[in-house]
Amino acid sequence: MSSINAKHPELAEAFNKDEARVDWHDETLWWIRQKRDKAAWTIPEWEVLRETASAIKNNVLSNMHEYLVEFEAKARANGIIVHWAADGKEHNEIIHAILQENKVSQIVKSKSMLTEECGLNEYLAKNEIDVVDTDLGERIVQLANEHPSHIVLPCIHWKKEEIGELFHQHLNTPKGNADPQFLTNAARIHLREKFLTRRIAITGVNFAVAETGEFVVCTNEGNADMGAHLADVHIACMGIEKIIPQRKHLGIFLRLLARSATGQPITTYSSHFQKPNAGQVMHIVLVDNGRTVQLGREDFRNSLKCIRCAACFNTCPVYRRSGGHSYHTAIAGPIGAILAPNLDMKKYADLPFASTLCGSCSNVCPVKIDIHNQLYKWRQEITEEGYSPKTKTVAMKVMAAILSKPAVFNFAGKAGRWVMKYLPFVVNNKLNPWYKQRDMPAPPKQSFTEWYKKNRK
Amino acid sequence: MNSREKILTAVKMNQPAMQQLPDEEAIAVIQYEDKLAQFTTVLKTIGGNVVPINCIDEIVDFVKNNFSDSQNYVTTLSELDGIAMLDEKLDAHFLENIEVAVVKALFGVAENGSVWLTDAEVKIRALPFICQHLAVVLQKNDFVNNMQEAYKITGKSDYNFGVFIAGPSKTADIEQSLVLGAHGPKTMTVFVLDN
Repeated sequence: MSSINAKHPELAEAFNKDEARVDWHDETLWWIRQKRDKAAWTIPEWEVLRETASAIKNNVLSNMHEYLVEFEAKARANGIIVHWAADGKEHNEIIHAILQENKVSQIVKSKSMLTEECGLNEYLAKNEIDVVDTDLGERIVQLANEHPSHIVLPCIHWKKEEIGELFHQHLNTPKGNADPQFLTNAARIHLREKFLTRRIAITGVNFAVAETGEFVVCTNEGNADMGAHLADVHIACMGIEKIIPQRKHLGIFLRLLARSATGQPITTYSSHFQKPNAGQVMHIVLVDNGRTVQLGREDFRNSLKCIRCAACFNTCPVYRRSGGHSYHTAIAGPIGAILAPNLDMKKYADLPFASTLCGSCSNVCPVKIDIHNQLYKWRQEITEEGYSPKTKTVAMKVMAAILSKPAVFNFAGKAGRWVMKYLPFVVNNKLNPWYKQRDMPAPPKQSFTEWYKKNRK
Repeated sequence: MNSREKILTAVKMNQPAMQQLPDEEAIAVIQYEDKLAQFTTVLKTIGGNVVPINCIDEIVDFVKNNFSDSQNYVTTLSELDGIAMLDEKLDAHFLENIEVAVVKALFGVAENGSVWLTDAEVKIRALPFICQHLAVVLQKNDFVNNMQEAYKITGKSDYNFGVFIAGPSKTADIEQSLVLGAHGPKTMTVFVLDN
């Protein structure tokens, strides 16, 4: 069990070996967080928008049954074929069946974290289907046989020189060319050929409107549209929580999404698919995969309000310094750490502990999910179930014993300060997990109690 | 029980007590003194261009002076003399070599520099995405302040397909370096006709 529970610390440790890269990763994501702030400050009603978006999503959770039924009926009336998938396996089988029916073995796919969650690419590869991810960042990680490390910026952990080398190997670009403009153009040429020749395109869904049966897909690159409009068959995959009541509510969510994600006023493309193109077939797959269970968990259902902007990733001091792959799940970051234990509490028991509980995630969340509270609640559930990391459990018991006895606490503080002053090597060594990738602070001369006694006059 | 029933039953059982929808119409939403000026500033910041014109013929001159490969220009505007009309029956794949597409938009949004287009304006859905350069025509009065106003215009209409486009297609996936022209147009020009 300890090997399961130690995953995030171990993977983060591996990421932390390259200090310069960690610093770059940390600073880049913080820069995006700052861009988010600047964009938010241009809108005086920003906080009201967050509050409203949160209230709309609360309504969605409380009336999801009606909205799903309404959406299905409207979408069908619009000529869209609607499928329901109880889990990832069924989702993958539905898509595979559509491909078989159309005798297609090569497809293009734009960004869909749901298909990542369901392991669609691996499933289709086993069935000899060639899937080309068309978002540039996703294509990069796909060529490298990796998974995205961030839901909005899939290859944020890659350096341009490495991408240059990857493209040299796969797309025959000149060796040593790492110019982003040049590499992007090489990918443009490479992927245009795929868009023009693939007959089936898969996209994700950002919002689905119950009132009209339409769904909205947001991209900056235009890859979802290039795929969908040039294909004979468009398959859109969505988690059931993506439903919103009315079209006018898009006005609230589209104002929040891109500003929260990257600090842009809106994504370049916000495409509203209401009816299939003449001669085209459009499918939508509604997926549960644990969402109905999460809906029933009072403490955690709010996580279903997420609109996948990743603002919580960019602001998180742990994510920024440990990298997306340390979360070993499709959706990393603080929100991923509250979604994943719902799918498998034992496998993802480490994730709610990968947080400082500073609350920065909750402060930037555009739909006001109380992320840090949920992380704290998961810790309690996980500990009760006996899945908590062993070293932490022992340390907590020692702490509890010390904190409950003032005399012991005072002695322990004195001893600690003395040790750090005269025998720093006792704490500054590899046996102390806090010393890894950190510099220990200088010990204070006196404790707060001592200071208070002296200064309270 | 099939998956549809299974999911819907579980949703019904697990969804919390009803919470009312908020009144989003009551929000005091941002207004701009000069919507066109705000639109222009935002669109230029995100890599697009705004060109004020006094008559529609200026579009043809501008396009010919600023882009090459003039045999591959198309438009969906019948009033635009000098640029070939798009053949609506064309298979979208044949649009691959289109250099410039000139289409009408229904309105622009000041707060984010986007324009709204539907099937009726683009005729072939792939057109505004597959062309190398996109040009959009709006009237000076066709601007709203914000997205809430935008959705008041689209209302409950059936548009089959509609899209907000804000600038050229772009990516920053390689080390956060912004590159214009990811898969779609490398430039976006919005012509604003003074009426």
